[in-house]
Parts: sequence; structure tokens; C-alpha cells
Amino acid sequence: MAKFAKKKDGDLPAVSTASLPDIVFMLLFFFMTVTTMKDSTLLVDNELPNASEIKKLEKKDRVIYIFVGPPSQQYQAVYGTEAKIQLNDKFASVNEVGPYILAERAKKQEDIQAYLTTALKVDKNANMGLISDIKQELRKVNALKVNYTTYQGNAFNNLQ
Amino acid sequence: MARREGAPEVNAGSMADIAFLLLIFFLVTTTIETDAGLDRMLPPIEPPDDNVVIKQKNIFTVNVNKNGQLLVEEELMDIKNLRAAAVAFLDNGGLANGEEGYCTYCQGERDPGSSDNPDKAIISLKNDRETKYSVYITVQNELVAAYNELRNREANRLFGRDFTDMEREYLDPKTKDTEKEALKEKVQRIQGLFPQKLSEAETSNN
Repeated sequence: MAKFAKKKDGDLPAVSTASLPDIVFMLLFFFMTVTTMKDSTLLVDNELPNASEIKKLEKKDRVIYIFVGPPSQQYQAVYGTEAKIQLNDKFASVNEVGPYILAERAKKQEDIQAYLTTALKVDKNANMGLISDIKQELRKVNALKVNYTTYQGNAFNNLQ
Repeated sequence: MARREGAPEVNAGSMADIAFLLLIFFLVTTTIETDAGLDRMLPPIEPPDDNVVIKQKNIFTVNVNKNGQLLVEEELMDIKNLRAAAVAFLDNGGLANGEEGYCTYCQGERDPGSSDNPDKAIISLKNDRETKYSVYITVQNELVAAYNELRNREANRLFGRDFTDMEREYLDPKTKDTEKEALKEKVQRIQGLFPQKLSEAETSNN
């Protein structure tokens, strides 16, 4: 007859922590993959409006960003509070938008150059005059596909 | 003398600590970006060659002034009613049964004084230079919502699911190519029923 080893009663067996590194690594890889490092520091305030009928911007490599908004606190002494355009890392005027789009377009691979979208990240307090000027510039360089980047939400919240 | 029994084992006890350190770093730096918005196409800069005459009744004019007030079809309107007004205009189908271009799927008033059919109906949006961007986005959102509402209705009738849902799946890069082919046809059919004709005039100064 088999003999059973006598169980030591009293102290609980310790929980094995051997799989802890695996779990942590799994989380680590998750965050590593979803992380997108900010590639341009914002010089303008950029509080986007809300909209409900939005579509996601899928392929990031096919997007050119234009930021518009009033200069941030530390730049207000120099640039004032009127909304300005930010291209890459600096302020720009309206007539620099066209060359910027062309330069960005030339950087992309040839086969996706026809499918580029211009994402307009515009602060909700900007005036439409500036936006119309930008749109006119975009039309001149034939960058017709635009996306007004917004937050998901009720559009009527914008009016308050 | 010590006996050699292969290489000594590396102590892996601190691996978890290192992994935690990296994890916390990525946790802190992560910004899951909110890149979504309203897609629009701008009109090409060169005007079309042929001068198409559009009947006044087929144009739905929306004027936004600098105070954010709306003038729709020459009447002051609250922005909350814009969606319903746009839906009524697009879905009108004013042509009589038997005439060319008669809209078989419209469920609107069939008022002969409003748009002929959804294909001919054009929404014209005009805004002031001092209009706030947030108001403009709200108006755009409501107009796109009107189109989506009608397209969803038709998609539900024909295919039993929402148009916005189908479009999202179609644009999703994770969708398989075979499914995409099937979806493309459906999406284009619905888009053909209610084509998005939103014209934006140049902004006015006064």
C-alpha cells in the first residue's frame, strides 16, 4: 500500500510569484505598442470642439497635421492672443501652408501620395476667416481631403 | 577547491523590478491619441467647365453669421432644428411619380416647391469670417448627421444594418479583403442613394 507523505499542517504555502515577470512583460509590451510619442510640441492652445458624426483617422502615415489656435501662455507676450497657425514646430503665416503641404507630401512614399489627408486641429475659439484662408491654400495645392479633428461628444456642447 | 558544475545560474529575481520600471515609464509617456473627426472634401480650385444651372428649390442655403445665428432658407432657425430641416429637404422627393428622376425611396413631404430628389439636392453653407470655429463644426456635424440619418434608414431597409457601421468596417484596416469587396458595393449603393452634396461658398466679410 502506498504511503502518503504527511502534510505539514499550519503554515500556508507561499503564492508562487514566478509568473509575475511574465505578466508584467505582457503589460509592458501592450503599452509599448500603443504608445505614440508626441512628435511636435504644441505652441498653441488646442482645445478641439466636439462632434458626434466622426470618423477615425486610420493610417497615421497618411496624415499631415496643421494646428491652429491662440498662442500658449508663454508666447502670448510675443505673438498676442489672436489665433495662429503652427506647422511642425513653429508659427507660420497662411501663405506658408501650401509649401508645407507640398514638402510633407514629397517626404511620403510615392504610392501613398495620392491618399493623404490633412488633419486640421483647430481650437474651438478660432475664427472661420483663418480657416477659410487655410482651406483656400489647401485647394491651391490640391490637398482636398481634410479632416476637422474633433473630440467625440455632443456637438451642442460647443455652443456654450 | 571548488568543484565546477557548469556556469553559475544568473539570478533572475530582479527581472520583475526592471520590467516594472519600464512598464511605469511607458505608462506615463502613453498618450492614446484622439485622432478622429469630420471628413470633408474641398472643391477643386478650377471651376467646372460647364455652367450647370441649378434650380433655386434644389438649394438649401445655410448662413451662419458672426454671432453664431443661423439663417436657413432665409429664415432664422435654432441650430437644434437644423438636422430635422436638412433631413426634410433631402428626403423631399418633389418630382411627381412617372417623371424622370422620381425618388422611389423618399419618405418626405413630396412638396414640389422643395428639392426634386436627393441626387439634385444641394446644401450650400456660407459663413462669416468672424464665425467661431466651434459653431461651424456644430453646423457641419448636424448636416453630416442628416445625411447619416437618411443613409442609415436606407441601409437598414436594404441590408438590415446601419450605414455608419458598414462604413466603419469598410474603412477599418483590419477587415479582410473579401469582406471589403462585399461591403464596398453596399456602401457605394447607399452613398449613391443620398450623395453628399455640401457646397461651401467663400466666406463673406460683412
